[in-house]
Amino acid sequence: MIRELQEGLFAGGSAEEMINSLFEKIRRSRLNAYNHIAEDQALERAREFDRAPWEGRLAGVPIAIKSSISTKGIETNCSSRILSGYIPPYDAHVIERLKEEGAIIIGKTNMDEFAMGTSTETSYFGPTKNPWDLDRVPGGSSGGSAAAVAAGEAPASLGSDTGGSIRCPASFCGIVGLKPTYGLVSRYGLVSYANSLEQIGPLTANVEDAALMMEAISGHDPRDSTSVKSEGGYLSGLYGGVEGLTFGVPEEYFGEGVDPLVEEAVWDAISKLEELGASWKMVSLPHTKYALAAYYIIAMSEASSNLARFDGLRYGLRLGADQDWHTTFSEIRAAGFGPEVKRRVLLGTYALSAGYYGRYYLKALKVRTLIKQDFERALSAGGADLLVTPTMPFPAFKIGERIEDPLSLYMADVFTVPINLAGVPAISVPCGFADGLPIGLQIIGRHFDEAAVLRAAEAYEDATPYHEAVPKEVI
Amino acid sequence: MDHISWLASIKVSEEEKAAFVASFNSVLDYFHQLDELATDDVEPTYRVVDLTNVFREDVAKESLSQEESLRNASRTENGYFKSPRIV
Repeated sequence: MIRELQEGLFAGGSAEEMINSLFEKIRRSRLNAYNHIAEDQALERAREFDRAPWEGRLAGVPIAIKSSISTKGIETNCSSRILSGYIPPYDAHVIERLKEEGAIIIGKTNMDEFAMGTSTETSYFGPTKNPWDLDRVPGGSSGGSAAAVAAGEAPASLGSDTGGSIRCPASFCGIVGLKPTYGLVSRYGLVSYANSLEQIGPLTANVEDAALMMEAISGHDPRDSTSVKSEGGYLSGLYGGVEGLTFGVPEEYFGEGVDPLVEEAVWDAISKLEELGASWKMVSLPHTKYALAAYYIIAMSEASSNLARFDGLRYGLRLGADQDWHTTFSEIRAAGFGPEVKRRVLLGTYALSAGYYGRYYLKALKVRTLIKQDFERALSAGGADLLVTPTMPFPAFKIGERIEDPLSLYMADVFTVPINLAGVPAISVPCGFADGLPIGLQIIGRHFDEAAVLRAAEAYEDATPYHEAVPKEVI
Repeated sequence: MDHISWLASIKVSEEEKAAFVASFNSVLDYFHQLDELATDDVEPTYRVVDLTNVFREDVAKESLSQEESLRNASRTENGYFKSPRIV
């Protein structure tokens, strides 16, 4: 997609015309994928490009950005009332990198408020709709970023993934989404939700575009103390095929609670990988059933600390006449945060409070060790090179179906959160349809082995037609 | 609930309180399944990538200007953020 688009631009096409037609499509759209269109900035940069095209791996390519990633001069509100109107004075590291590679930022996409959700329904600006069925959720929390790419409202986008927030919407919208190894992409300029779990990553129409975006955004940044150097090679090794690779199929990711059509599609994918020259074997990740509880305890605890900065003082919502310090901030936060954000901050505060720390937070960190060891064992030398699983246990559900029962919504993350706890990379690629709704295949690799994850995804994509399907609603 | 609301600096209304308590109980019940696991001999994992002592040179760099820093604040005075009274 990106390559064809660039070929068009360099064969005399106009970036301004292309971006104008995207904006027209976005304005007509019923999806609510965007919170904010950066019309003036994007068109000005497009005109500059048309006058004197620049070089770069993403030269002239329009890219949409999740509203949790800071963009200088473009509103970044995390789909929250408390940050409505906030205009960052600086760019996130990934935005600097995209611009250095020549990309044009076209707007900010809708998301679950502060990335807390699996459906994009907790946004202060209303839910985003799934382009395959407007009555259904696009997944979350990067639902706007996924819906925009699936519907042709952006050729590619960035999201962030704390417990599945890139892979879930990629799966529900029938596109590609990669969560990189923890540390590979700088979090500088990402609004923190659960900082020990989250990574920024690409949502794209195909695997090659994801590899290209990774070449652009990965690598060391001293402003994020958990950032490490990238080995690169995502594009150069992309077409090496799967011959000789061994895929592990974790037994815990099948069975009860998984839609039979999803299971069937994933098994078909495993057969396809075998046809392409790979082998597979069953493996076990025995602590899988404890991952959700450990994940939510850690995420909520970290959220309660990270979201303490939102007090209306330096940015964001400020209400009425000031009273004493504590009353003023408690009222701003009560009015500025939605119910799910309050629930997670309050529960996280409880989990970290005196007398409960050992029972919840410390316990969850210990269980995290067991889950990490599960992955290390399954992916050790002599074990599997990669793991394959369903990304989500079922296809996109209806808007309103789960939002009233938080626990049932949390349960949807059962196959995505273990990956964040272990910090390993994982991609979701389209692997079929269930009653017209896309299904995602999750491919998981060893720490910093994105090259193998992308290579396997590319081989699978090349042998299957699912990524070429386009939702009817938006044609 | 009142104590947690105070600690988190989020005012919780009476109507919200009832709904939160119900959902907290079901979520906490779910969390208690971790009690099944014996973890006395397990070290906690705070971070997944082993990095220790990440240092940088102690050199001053350009930072945001005062004007840029204050631009998003709704109440400022004489080049400062204006906060509510503390004492």
